[in-house]
Amino acid sequence: MSKVRILVGTRKGAFILTADGTRKRWKVSGPHFAGWEIYHVKGSPVDPNRIYASQTSAWFGQIIQRSDDGGKKWNTPGSSPEELKSPDGMQKGESNKFVYDGVPGTHQWYDGTQHPWEFKRVWHLEPSLHDPEHVYAGVEDAALFESKDGGKSWNELSGLRKHDTGPKWQPGAGGMCLHTILLDPQDPKRIYVAISAAGAFRTDDGGQTWKPINHGLHSEYIPDPAAEVGHCVHRIALHSSRPNTLFMQKHWDVMRSDNGGDLWREVSGNLPSDFGFPIDVHAHEPETVYVVPIKSDSEHYPPSSRLRVYRSRTGGNEWEALTKGLPQRNCYVNVLRDAMSVDSLEPCGIYFGTTGGQVYGSADAGDSWKPIVRDLPAVLSVEVQTLP
Amino acid sequence: MIRIVLPPHLRTLARVDGDVELDVNSTATQRSILDELETRYPMLRGTMRDHVTQLRRPLVRFFACGEDLSHESPDAPLPEAIAKGSEPFVIIGAIAGG
Repeated sequence: MSKVRILVGTRKGAFILTADGTRKRWKVSGPHFAGWEIYHVKGSPVDPNRIYASQTSAWFGQIIQRSDDGGKKWNTPGSSPEELKSPDGMQKGESNKFVYDGVPGTHQWYDGTQHPWEFKRVWHLEPSLHDPEHVYAGVEDAALFESKDGGKSWNELSGLRKHDTGPKWQPGAGGMCLHTILLDPQDPKRIYVAISAAGAFRTDDGGQTWKPINHGLHSEYIPDPAAEVGHCVHRIALHSSRPNTLFMQKHWDVMRSDNGGDLWREVSGNLPSDFGFPIDVHAHEPETVYVVPIKSDSEHYPPSSRLRVYRSRTGGNEWEALTKGLPQRNCYVNVLRDAMSVDSLEPCGIYFGTTGGQVYGSADAGDSWKPIVRDLPAVLSVEVQTLP
Repeated sequence: MIRIVLPPHLRTLARVDGDVELDVNSTATQRSILDELETRYPMLRGTMRDHVTQLRRPLVRFFACGEDLSHESPDAPLPEAIAKGSEPFVIIGAIAGG
């Protein structure tokens, strides 16, 4: 029988939740890396036992962790006991070395002045669709790095940061982070990324050159609401069968593009609020999309204090509230941008974590929900692996 | 033999219990101690000082013999008691919430 493994990153460690394909009884392990902020944990689609984790701390900086056995044992890449015994000088202790290519330059600061690019942390790790040793990292201050040696060393794909618009990028409230990396399953040279607050970008040449793909976005909080960059994109998602169709949760507005981001149109429709963070697509239905509306950018909790996932089966515009099993009174949690994910079982399972430490799961595509755990530290990220 | 006290998170990362004991081949300074510590435990590189600039991370402090030496030159000789191991070289994460 298939299994499901949920990789949860929290403010104080990582947790791994596992269940069989019925998704009824869950085993919880953790905390891994107790006390550290775990921004993201994600497994390789090629080798599910290969898992990467971003461990970070304001005191001690960035750490990259890697597991080769599905999350039981972890090592900083290049520093396992076996590798340390190696006499041949394998590169060691650089798995957390993220150095911008060349002179870092400056971007716009909160007060409008220019501010130097400074590495702070890895927000998102995206393993390659083809090679478990190849993984991308989206970092703050915004840039894209890649490792082709299983996370032992990292190089910047600097064409993105060096784009002409770079000096106009600015941090959102959470910092200037590259938080979303989407790999096109049909075109290995096409990658989408999203940056708060710069917008969405696309490369068609494997990361050498990039173009902003923000036409059609409208953001009232910047001087030119339709500017080429400056939009606070919170998350983008795609379905693997239709990689040219993108769905976006922007700071405000839920958007859709059917041409690889060249043009966006709003599909917020009847949502009670079009502010929110995560967005995801059903594993088997490319027109079924999920969002979690949040009241506003100044009140980061659900409208009417009711935690509701909204599902559209029409690719946007027409949304239905999914409430069964979710708190419908006195609920003031948030769901962060990397904290929702789907499995690929039938029916599709969907999962999300909250800043209140709950991880909710639905084994029926969102019709009903149950808390898998209730009292974790604030959840930063949720990724799901469907295992044979 | 120089004794080093690591903060709990770095002990976990380096997988050590208690104090670290090591020898340095030159004068005991912040730099020579950290160089040797990072050679022995490469997973600590970048956690106490920047990979490139080698400057101390802002929320990391170095204490020895009841003094805060964080702002001393990394090449200044450390007190004799540190070099002899009668007092530990203490690396701590600043008390700043969390």
